[in-house]
Amino acid sequence: MQAKGENAAGLRRDDRMERLRLFGLGSPAMLLILVVLVIPVGWLFYVSFIGADGNFSLENYRRMINSRSYSRIFVTTFQVSFLTTALCIVIGYPLAYFMAQLPPRLASLCMLAVLLPFWTSLLVRTYAWLVLLQRQGLVNEWGMALGLWDAPLKLVHNMTGTLVGMVHIMLPFLILPTYGAMKAIGPDYLKAAANLGATPRRAFWTVFFPLSTPGLFAGALMVFILCLGFFVTPAVLGGGRVILVSMQIVSNIELFVNWGAASALGVVLLVLTVAILWIASRFLRLDHIAGGGH
Amino acid sequence: MANIAALPITVANVTKTYGRVHALDNVSLHVKSGEFLTLLGPSGSGKSTLLMVLAGFTRPDSGSLKFGDHEVIRTPPHLRDVGMTFQSYALFPHMTVAGNVGYPLRLRKVPRTEIADRVDRALQTVQLDGFGDRRIDQLSGGQRQRVAVARAIVFEPRILLMDEPLSALDKKLRDQMQIELRRLHEKLGMTTVYVTHDQREALTMSDRIAVVNHGRIMQLATPLDLYEHPANRFVADFIGESTFLPVTRRGDRVVYGDMALRHSRPAPDAAGLLLMMRPERIALTTAPVEGANTFSAVAREVVYQGDSYLVQAVLADGTEITLRRPMSGAALAAMPAPGAPITLSVAPEDAVIIDAGEV
Repeated sequence: MQAKGENAAGLRRDDRMERLRLFGLGSPAMLLILVVLVIPVGWLFYVSFIGADGNFSLENYRRMINSRSYSRIFVTTFQVSFLTTALCIVIGYPLAYFMAQLPPRLASLCMLAVLLPFWTSLLVRTYAWLVLLQRQGLVNEWGMALGLWDAPLKLVHNMTGTLVGMVHIMLPFLILPTYGAMKAIGPDYLKAAANLGATPRRAFWTVFFPLSTPGLFAGALMVFILCLGFFVTPAVLGGGRVILVSMQIVSNIELFVNWGAASALGVVLLVLTVAILWIASRFLRLDHIAGGGH
Repeated sequence: MANIAALPITVANVTKTYGRVHALDNVSLHVKSGEFLTLLGPSGSGKSTLLMVLAGFTRPDSGSLKFGDHEVIRTPPHLRDVGMTFQSYALFPHMTVAGNVGYPLRLRKVPRTEIADRVDRALQTVQLDGFGDRRIDQLSGGQRQRVAVARAIVFEPRILLMDEPLSALDKKLRDQMQIELRRLHEKLGMTTVYVTHDQREALTMSDRIAVVNHGRIMQLATPLDLYEHPANRFVADFIGESTFLPVTRRGDRVVYGDMALRHSRPAPDAAGLLLMMRPERIALTTAPVEGANTFSAVAREVVYQGDSYLVQAVLADGTEITLRRPMSGAALAAMPAPGAPITLSVAPEDAVIIDAGEV
């Protein structure tokens, strides 16, 4: 039912205009997403169902199911993503905790140290690790000079190198939301826990840790999903021995010029990512990733 | 819940400095077993610091703190066994109401069935029976306050600390909770130290009130004594409204200008003296009243306030004086007009001579 009072029609029009203007503000971004995301993904989807003879076919997907090498690539991808995420949690959570306890000035200094590599070129950081970890690299030379090991260790062009590089690159994505969640925990909660009889250790595990988990989960999810499609670092530091889905996509296009196979891999990766996000969204609020607090 | 054997608290010579600021300046205080004592003062007075020292969250520079005969000044907070409610309530958002209330019992390794039992009883005590499964964010402010109280008393501490527990509630609920907390204290009987900056709350709830300012206790007395016989200007000013007139000692009398004052209690032995009068105890008269102190003044502003009216008057020497008269039909007719000359009278019992010094 429409109100029929004084100025009712004019006020309704103002309301509509306001909404229209808001939509106008958002439209460039929406247009961009349409052009660079929705259309290419749609095309990808389409191409993945086109066989070598140019007709509709499921051969690209059938190959993925039948070929052992493909399933091995998916297993490796999940393995690397999982290990990277786990290592990020083990290294990042204590660091975020440490930073959350610091006085503001020191904390921002620490934050700078976390963010500085974040702003440096990905390629530079990846090659820096290559230099550090190679046979005659700094790590091996120092290790042997200090007598920690006798022969040069194989630290790169394998799983170890891949993980070192990826953990380094992914760490800020875990630390930032975790730190945010920790800073949002009021000091009164820990005081209350202590007052009620909890030792500092008990208070941490029963109060602080559970309250920080939304940030930790958000960070871990972000790291995991970024890892699933990561290319540069594993390509350089894995030395061809650790093959991830993204690398297989590249070789399908560059080596075999098989867009159908590459597209099918892309579609499967996308579907898996969305599925993981969907499952995760049942357990936590995804806006925590963007730093939404309690 | 049963009546709890309470413990007295003895604070002796506690000092805490932050840089050059004395948050607590050699504070000594004895809280009797089972007493409801309020720390009252403006923000930054040190009242909260003192409570934090009692709870163990602030480490003082020196001094002694005893619960009963036990020295606890170096005991960490989790071993002090005192209940506490926080201004923010500090209810754990990731636990249910029952989870919160049961938390101190789980820490004390109470058997599971007994926990459920005692949580139920504690919730009953604060009139929240059946709320155990609620999440904290489903509760109103008043309900959260009750859960915080239930959590603080469920392990039957012999001392209860409350840090501005009602400051986040609206006025109506606050008035109701004041009575409720008071009743709870009478029922449970634990020694209670209550912090507030609201003087009416302090007057309503307390057995005794310690007025705190600049890290020192200005006066420790019952609500009645505090209001009727404030020890100094700060207390007189902070509790209730008052008008002060500078007065001097002449021989064994106290005079205002040339007028000898009639006051029922002896003047304190101090260099500077003030006459303190409460606005609601100054009467408007037409002729001088026999045996009372009488002042001539001019009404400057007259404000109608529903249940009463307020007169801002000026004495002959320019001193401002505020008085409040209860409203009635007759009073309405007798309300002076602004600019009219009026006569004020103050009974000897209501003319209180106090120390002009701040302390």
